Amino acid sequence: MRRITRVLAVGAVLAAMGSLGVTTGAAQAPAAAPPPPLAIHIGLLTRAVEPPPLYDLKAPPDDEGLAGARLAIKDNVTTGAFIGQDFALDEAVLQSDEDPVAAALALAKGGAGFIAVNLPAADLLKVADALKPSGTVVFNIGATDDALRGADCRANLFHVAPSRAMLADALVQYLATRKWTRLFLVTGPAAEDALYAAALKHAAAKFGVKVVAEKPWTFGPLARQRGDTPTQADALVFTRGTEYDVLVVADEAGDFGDYIPYHTEQPKLVAGTQALVAATWHPAQDAWGSAQLQSRFLRLASRTMTQVDYQAWLAVRLVGEAATRLKSADAARYAALFRGPDFSIAAFKGVPVSFRAWDQQLRQPLLIAQPSAIVSVSPQDGYLHRATVLDTLGTDAPETACKMAP
Amino acid sequence: MSAARKAELRLPRRLPPRLAGVSLALGALLPGLVLALAAGEASAFSVYVSNERGNSVSVIDSNTLEVTSTVKVGRRPRGITVSPDGKSVYICVSDDHAVAVLDPVTLKVLRKLKSGPDPELFVLNPSGNPLYVANEDDNQVTVLDIEKNRVIAQVPVGVEPEGMGISPDGKVLAATSETTNMVHLIDTATYKVMNNVLVDARPRFAEFTADGKKLFVSAEVGGTVTVIDPQTRAILKKITFAIPGVAKEAIQPVGVRITKDGKRAFVALGPANRVAVVNAETYEVEKYLLVGQRVWQLAFTPDEALLFTTNGNSNDVSVIDVPSLKVVKSIKVGGAPWGVVVAPQ
Repeated sequence: MRRITRVLAVGAVLAAMGSLGVTTGAAQAPAAAPPPPLAIHIGLLTRAVEPPPLYDLKAPPDDEGLAGARLAIKDNVTTGAFIGQDFALDEAVLQSDEDPVAAALALAKGGAGFIAVNLPAADLLKVADALKPSGTVVFNIGATDDALRGADCRANLFHVAPSRAMLADALVQYLATRKWTRLFLVTGPAAEDALYAAALKHAAAKFGVKVVAEKPWTFGPLARQRGDTPTQADALVFTRGTEYDVLVVADEAGDFGDYIPYHTEQPKLVAGTQALVAATWHPAQDAWGSAQLQSRFLRLASRTMTQVDYQAWLAVRLVGEAATRLKSADAARYAALFRGPDFSIAAFKGVPVSFRAWDQQLRQPLLIAQPSAIVSVSPQDGYLHRATVLDTLGTDAPETACKMAP
Repeated sequence: MSAARKAELRLPRRLPPRLAGVSLALGALLPGLVLALAAGEASAFSVYVSNERGNSVSVIDSNTLEVTSTVKVGRRPRGITVSPDGKSVYICVSDDHAVAVLDPVTLKVLRKLKSGPDPELFVLNPSGNPLYVANEDDNQVTVLDIEKNRVIAQVPVGVEPEGMGISPDGKVLAATSETTNMVHLIDTATYKVMNNVLVDARPRFAEFTADGKKLFVSAEVGGTVTVIDPQTRAILKKITFAIPGVAKEAIQPVGVRITKDGKRAFVALGPANRVAVVNAETYEVEKYLLVGQRVWQLAFTPDEALLFTTNGNSNDVSVIDVPSLKVVKSIKVGGAPWGVVVAPQ
């Protein structure tokens, strides 16, 4: 395991600040000497990205997630300097087959009371279960599986990443708002694609649009083919004879979804996992002050911020925000605060975001975006909910399958 | 106010919401009103509005309530203020990383000041110098000597500083940081942070009362205005807002202005498209005034007869008659109006 531990010292900043007093109420008497800062360690567990081929337009950055967490640590350190708190990020990057459980336990043993995990669902659950005795709070910043929020939910697991149900609901709400109500669903061969397709069908029923046709994609990863490869004729005629408004693709690996726009028989719009997508973050997003976050990230990482970076940033900021309120490093108190009704955080989405008590999923607006522009933001205007309109996205309390064991 | 004007100002109590976005609707409906205002007003003030996406400043005559000029000032103008003698208008031109100085007579940009990176909002020392600038992208406050165009000090503060308030005696500077969720109280003699007060999420604006005894800090995402005693740093009150038919999340307080007698505060509520009228002594919300879309900043005329609001999404300015608490006109300005200031003379 390549393990980097970076402790961002704040002594210089502290010295520059002058007095460190902070008050939420009555005045405090000036202290003779400031106590040593409260040290809060946050772990980040991810797997090394396979080196890309010679040229890959969409190669994931090798510091994806890490860069987002590093930025949030800087934000936390700046804030903590005023109230005697210091934050450190402990990074653990797994090599190809390395066991995530050993790495997670090492992070916890090293003092990380909180670990943001960017791993698939099976690994994430193993990590969460292994960390249960230590009381470590686990943030899911990568896995969208609804089962993690349902039957497989865990009391120490908080989901910053959106669920597939949320992504599908956000997208379908937008299509319904535009009255594009006839969907042609094309599903890829992977198990994840079937899960996304199921979420889309559920969303269609929820928001009153129809899946009028469904076909599996059987032509291989055409989106990755070279520009001079002859186009497969059967793929071109694939959409013939179907009446629909929008073609919706379920292709989480990105193998064919980008092939479909401009290759349909009729000139039709494409949405789903490619073309028009629902996302927590997007490089074109600049509303609600987020130009600031984009600019800070660009300066730090020399690239634009991905969704995983944003989710990592948010996980680390959640700890920072809770630390400001709790003035403690006790992870159990953070977990109680997160799942309680009084905690929310500003996340550059225009409204505060907070955790749902029933499955510990972060409720948040989702961007509806095409590759280089924001098209809309869901929840859409006009949708109503008894508690918060954000809960029109994803699994609501009455439907949850989560039975949280304490 | 003359009786005639009073009569003219009697407007429908509540406008249908769809009217909120219709620029000039009120002006078109009420041509008589504008005439009445023109006749009743003793002196005219110039109102300067920064248009964030228009890269311009619109100048409005407070008597006629018409735009008299639109001036290009630089890229992404946001915070705007005016010198006590009325001879210089200062504008944060954020994407030019400078403060532009506009001559109100010739409407030419005279010079650009070294504001530090990405200036968003600022406040002028009551004496007219220096200028305290929030550098949103750089976690600091820049203290700028306007005469010499020289940076006197840079004070590190929290993440994304924005709101800047100055006590009437010029001794305490209040700076809010939007991601750190604090207001920093800075000693203007030493440029040291004396104290920090936690407020709600995304604090946007800080405003002292004229007697210096209270500091109002708005929290955009938290949806509250915190009233602080700057002496003891005690939180006196957290003002909350509730508007029937408006989602709680849409209530996002930004700009705050308080009458000189300390009796009434006006709070711009962003996408709620309302300005709240708050009793600044009991902290009760007395009224919500329907204005244009995404209202952010506010400015009184020196006689406090009128209050101007910038409505960023409807590209207009609403005019509130302060004594009657009625919205009397909306005036079309440039793209995404952000800040507003009224000349003191």
